[in-house]
Amino acid sequence: MTTAPYIPLSSKLHEWVTTVDHKKLGVMYILSGLFFLFIAGSEALMMRWQLAVPNNDFLPPETFNAFFTMHGTTMIFLVGMPILLGSANYFIPLMIGARDMAFPRLNAFGFWLFLFGALLLYFSFLGGQGLSGEEGAPNVGWFAYAPLTTTTFSPGSSTDYWIISLFVAGMGSIMTAINLVSTILTMRCEGMTLMKMPLFAWMLLVDALLILIALPTLAAIQIMLLLDRQFGAHFFDAQAGADPLIWQHLFWFFGHPEVYILILPAFAFVSEVTPVFSRKVLFGYSLMVAATISIGFIALGVWAHHMFATGLSPAVLSYFAGATFIIGVPTGMKIFNWIATMWGGHIRFATPMLFATGFIAMFVIGGLTGIMLAVVPMDWQLSDTYFVVGHFHFVLFGGLLFAIFAGFFYWFPKVTGKMLNETMGKWQFWLLFVGFLVTFGPMHMSGFEGMPRRIYTYFPGRGLELWNMLSSIGAAIQFFGFLLFSINLIWSLRNGKPAGDDPWDAWTLEWSTTSPPPPWNYAETPTVRSRRPLWDLKHPEDPDWEYE
Amino acid sequence: MLPHGHVGMMSVITTEVFFFASLIIVYLAYIGKSISGPTPDELLSLGLVSINTVALLASSATVVLALKALRSGNHSGFLKWLFATIVLGAWFLAGTAIEWTGLIGDDHFTLQTNLFGTTFYTLVGFHAFHVTFGVCALSFIWLCGFMGWIKEHHHQNVEYVSWYWHFVDSVWIAVFLVVYVVGR
Repeated sequence: MTTAPYIPLSSKLHEWVTTVDHKKLGVMYILSGLFFLFIAGSEALMMRWQLAVPNNDFLPPETFNAFFTMHGTTMIFLVGMPILLGSANYFIPLMIGARDMAFPRLNAFGFWLFLFGALLLYFSFLGGQGLSGEEGAPNVGWFAYAPLTTTTFSPGSSTDYWIISLFVAGMGSIMTAINLVSTILTMRCEGMTLMKMPLFAWMLLVDALLILIALPTLAAIQIMLLLDRQFGAHFFDAQAGADPLIWQHLFWFFGHPEVYILILPAFAFVSEVTPVFSRKVLFGYSLMVAATISIGFIALGVWAHHMFATGLSPAVLSYFAGATFIIGVPTGMKIFNWIATMWGGHIRFATPMLFATGFIAMFVIGGLTGIMLAVVPMDWQLSDTYFVVGHFHFVLFGGLLFAIFAGFFYWFPKVTGKMLNETMGKWQFWLLFVGFLVTFGPMHMSGFEGMPRRIYTYFPGRGLELWNMLSSIGAAIQFFGFLLFSINLIWSLRNGKPAGDDPWDAWTLEWSTTSPPPPWNYAETPTVRSRRPLWDLKHPEDPDWEYE
Repeated sequence: MLPHGHVGMMSVITTEVFFFASLIIVYLAYIGKSISGPTPDELLSLGLVSINTVALLASSATVVLALKALRSGNHSGFLKWLFATIVLGAWFLAGTAIEWTGLIGDDHFTLQTNLFGTTFYTLVGFHAFHVTFGVCALSFIWLCGFMGWIKEHHHQNVEYVSWYWHFVDSVWIAVFLVVYVVGR
């Protein structure tokens, strides 16, 4: 029996800090994402505790404002983005048969920018107070509408923390996007034409392009806001003649594509998981590619549907409502393609598939409430109510987070060499699924009853008590789901079943190397002839490339 | 397949295009919106900036000649044309500095004066910042070339910097049209 050579902790740490390996960077991205998921989830729990009963005084209003701002900002920029970019980092080179990303050092730089940006955002809880004597953490909502964020209404340095930390983290995301586009377009192994790439790679390609287009707009308006706040510029100063809507237009020109930046990788996970657990080829590959590209284009032209209640002209309203309906078409195609993939398949409801199926169901609901909100008169009634909160949590929690868990359970064996515990995984799914529905379903009802989002309390006797109590109970159920996930993670890392190279009998290239993969990924560069190279390898008598 | 540097550099330029597009859109949206003076036609004159524009556009040509010389193994020609590019870029920056000194010193026109000042200094300033970065990058290459470290096979890397330089020039055409023609 051989024992692993003893490596002191300091040199292990040194290895991780100085690494340019896409797999190590991917793991660090995902671990940071999980860490911030824990923090932002705790903020959400405390908000639900505050809102469980009317006139509660668990959280003071200022703290509540900081919590909903930090919860939203964290979930989008410090949980969604790093987990997605981390998964892309880890799996894109493996899936396309490359040794690493195109620019490994840029890749490391991007990660460290992200991490220090993220830490700076959370340093605001401590530093905001010390520097200015004003409130600590940002409290202006995740979209930080100017003029609310100008110094007149947000004195102190909390908003500056929001600007600078997200600017830095955003630069990191742009670098990773540059890397992804270059890697996918230039480093595919022999035989892998664009139309033979796993859908994962296609979706991440469109995703990275959206990052390249949308994030610089956020950077530009953040610079403008910083100039206003620190140097006396007038970009958002209505008294100097500025247009109070300009922030909203430019922010949502970033912010709406950002929603697709988050959800396209979720589509990518589900598109890899669903065929493997249905034992069928993905239905309508080329249609999926076309739908992904059209989503990418249309996503850039729907931003003002976040601004229906701001008094836009009827022509503008009609255009943005119409464009929003149209983006439902390619998204609907994907839903039908996943269902058609499952149709008639030998479905194995292992945990990844449970989460993928949960994703499809919940995302359909979130998508349909989105179509409801695209109807302008409906939006006038529901804008900035809990209905909207319910809607985007169905998209980003029931959609994105379920897909992330599907991917997590699917690829964890590849990354660690150990299986996650299936029993705990199934319990986690049902706890999260039930908890999710109990939390976010009733929010649509309290929204209909007129409960505005972002208020720290409400009065009794207005029909809001039941719905809020249900939402808070649901949050408690979810808590146990997340707790079980943490236990499963730690337990399986120690005691998990050895996974082997290909525990799910899957078909994409990453499963052909060892688990975890060696630093060089593949001893020799693979050659592929179809979209399912491992199927060809396992079934030489009936290979895919004869039919594609 | 393409070399990955091609795609990487084009991605950088794509993202930069959208950065400048945001600044330009805000500039266009705010033309004529200032509550108080001074207005662009009172302050901006075309004389100096036209010479600047010619210098910057000429530098796009000289960088092409430098790259051509490098590829044909003409090392001294490469250094000569690259030097000309740097001088033209520096000329542009000096011209901007003279213009700004006049605006700030004589007219007391700053970022804080009015909406026009805010958008003018931000847009023109961010472009000048990119020119400065370009001049630094070109100077670094020139220095390496002067030390004899740049060989023919480095032409690809030099080409990527030249792409950036062409991009900075093209953005200037847009900025010039928006600020000095449409906005004045």
